[in-house]
Amino acid sequence: MIADRVRLVVIAVLTITAVTVVYLRLGDGALSRLPQGWYRRLVPWLFIAPAILVVGLVLVFPAISTVILSFFNFDGTAFLGLNNYTSTLSDPVTQIALRNTTLWVILLPSLSVLVGLAIAVLADRVAYGGLVKAALFLPIAISAVAAGVIWTFMYDYQPPIADQTGTLNAIVTTVSGNHPIAWIIDEATNNYALIGATLWTQAGFAMVILAAALRAIPDELLEAARLDGASEWGVFRHITFPFLVPTIAVVMTTMTVVALKAFDIVYVMTNGRYGTDVLSTVMYRELFTAKDNGVAGAVATILMLLVVPVMAFNLRQFQHESRKV
Amino acid sequence: MPSRRRMRLRRLPVHVVVIGVSAIWLVPLLGLFVSSFRPAPAVLSTGWWHSFALPGDYTLNNYSQVLERDGMLLSLFNSVAIVVPATLLTVSVSAAAAYALACMQFKFRSGLLLAIVALLVVPTQITMVPLLRVFNHFGLTGTFLGLWIVHVGYGISFAIYLLHNFFAAVPRELFEAAEMDGASKSQIFFSIVLPICRPALASLAIFEFVWTWNDLFTALIFLGGFPDVAPMTVAVSGLVASRGNGWEILTSAAVLSTVVPMIVFLAMQKHFVRGMLAGVSKG
Repeated sequence: MIADRVRLVVIAVLTITAVTVVYLRLGDGALSRLPQGWYRRLVPWLFIAPAILVVGLVLVFPAISTVILSFFNFDGTAFLGLNNYTSTLSDPVTQIALRNTTLWVILLPSLSVLVGLAIAVLADRVAYGGLVKAALFLPIAISAVAAGVIWTFMYDYQPPIADQTGTLNAIVTTVSGNHPIAWIIDEATNNYALIGATLWTQAGFAMVILAAALRAIPDELLEAARLDGASEWGVFRHITFPFLVPTIAVVMTTMTVVALKAFDIVYVMTNGRYGTDVLSTVMYRELFTAKDNGVAGAVATILMLLVVPVMAFNLRQFQHESRKV
Repeated sequence: MPSRRRMRLRRLPVHVVVIGVSAIWLVPLLGLFVSSFRPAPAVLSTGWWHSFALPGDYTLNNYSQVLERDGMLLSLFNSVAIVVPATLLTVSVSAAAAYALACMQFKFRSGLLLAIVALLVVPTQITMVPLLRVFNHFGLTGTFLGLWIVHVGYGISFAIYLLHNFFAAVPRELFEAAEMDGASKSQIFFSIVLPICRPALASLAIFEFVWTWNDLFTALIFLGGFPDVAPMTVAVSGLVASRGNGWEILTSAAVLSTVVPMIVFLAMQKHFVRGMLAGVSKG
């Protein structure tokens, strides 16, 4: 089996490379026989066609079908109108998921900006700044599955009489002498616990982007303000921060999408139990446990609608930027 | 002297914040790593920090146990078989498209660019129900080919966006000179654009590699019921879900699943950062 996999990789790599070269070379050669005007007009489509084909097949066409399916019953044989929407929106499970997704969308972007900005600004002021940046950066390469294992272990709960093996509860019990907290099961803490674990994997991203924007601020500007007697906080508030606002917006929108799409970490840590469902886990269960394509489609469509404002913002930003260039 | 001391005191909050954040980010990693080498009874009864008091009480047993499990070692190779072709496909398809979008003039060019930007944020969840139906119909569910296609489709709008930003920065004179000499578009693409933009392609490849390697949701949906082809993320999450696995097993499995993307990431982090900045902070 393992040898099969290795062989598959080698064959796939060779085939993909060969097909790419042959397709572009031959296609280009065939088009160049045409009159010059036609060549110029058609050759871009030769390069773009594969991408359009894949995007159409995998994203656009299925997305449209999902919206259509969401108006039909579980196997798409009877039209239900908005029934799937009304039934799923009145289902307490979906309501909890909507509440939690809202919590994710509020907390994850703001906390990642907060942590990322704090470290981006402060790391340059201490001798060991590189270490901190590396620490924040490392989890970017860690899967949500591994992060889920790591944080389930951090949040581990043992009965009060036993030795606490979870790091957080060991701290809670020794420092404050309180009873250990069942972080992942207790509904007062578990959603924050999951968001915290995701923050741990994402804050490095925010930090890198913000640190780069920070470096782009002209030094003379900061120096001039300091010479004028502005305090460090004043410099930050009146110069650094306004400069960073566009970058913060970029990080916020990216993190909002991450929060809306959240699935892996919830699936691994609680699988939506104890009131931690998000829209993705509800959709997953409708699809595979309830096998109801209509309701699953409705949940996915609701998720898509929630993303539309972010999309509109990105588009406006993009048009703004390209006009500047 | 006192003034310097006051300066130090005023900087105390900075140190507290920075050290505190570092601790929150490093301690979980340390705990994972240490626990993965501790014998099962020890992991079960005491916190991982206790092992520092009795050094020498470490074992590789957990790792050999994880690797002996059904399908664990295979899942490592499944991950490779998913990630490497998917990454290469994404890079080649998106490089060709980004070249046309960045360096050629044609009708609908700006419309296509806008569509790419719009697709950047589309939640992949919206595509899964119909896609799964089509895949079932064509027998693509549970095959690597199916998952490659899905990963290319999900990754490509970001890929084109990222490469477009890099390609657009290549000086036009380079192409124009080559065109004067009679080079065709595909010749320019293969012998000028790709070599010049090798760092950009590397950034993209690392992104796609790490993301695809770490993906659970897509693999779960499109390979779900087929253990033969399950990648590491699915195998590890299966270990978590099937109760009764001790922390020593889960932690070493998690470390194993992280080794490959971590090596790629650390070896190429310069490219990764460059790609992140080009992909996100510029328009």
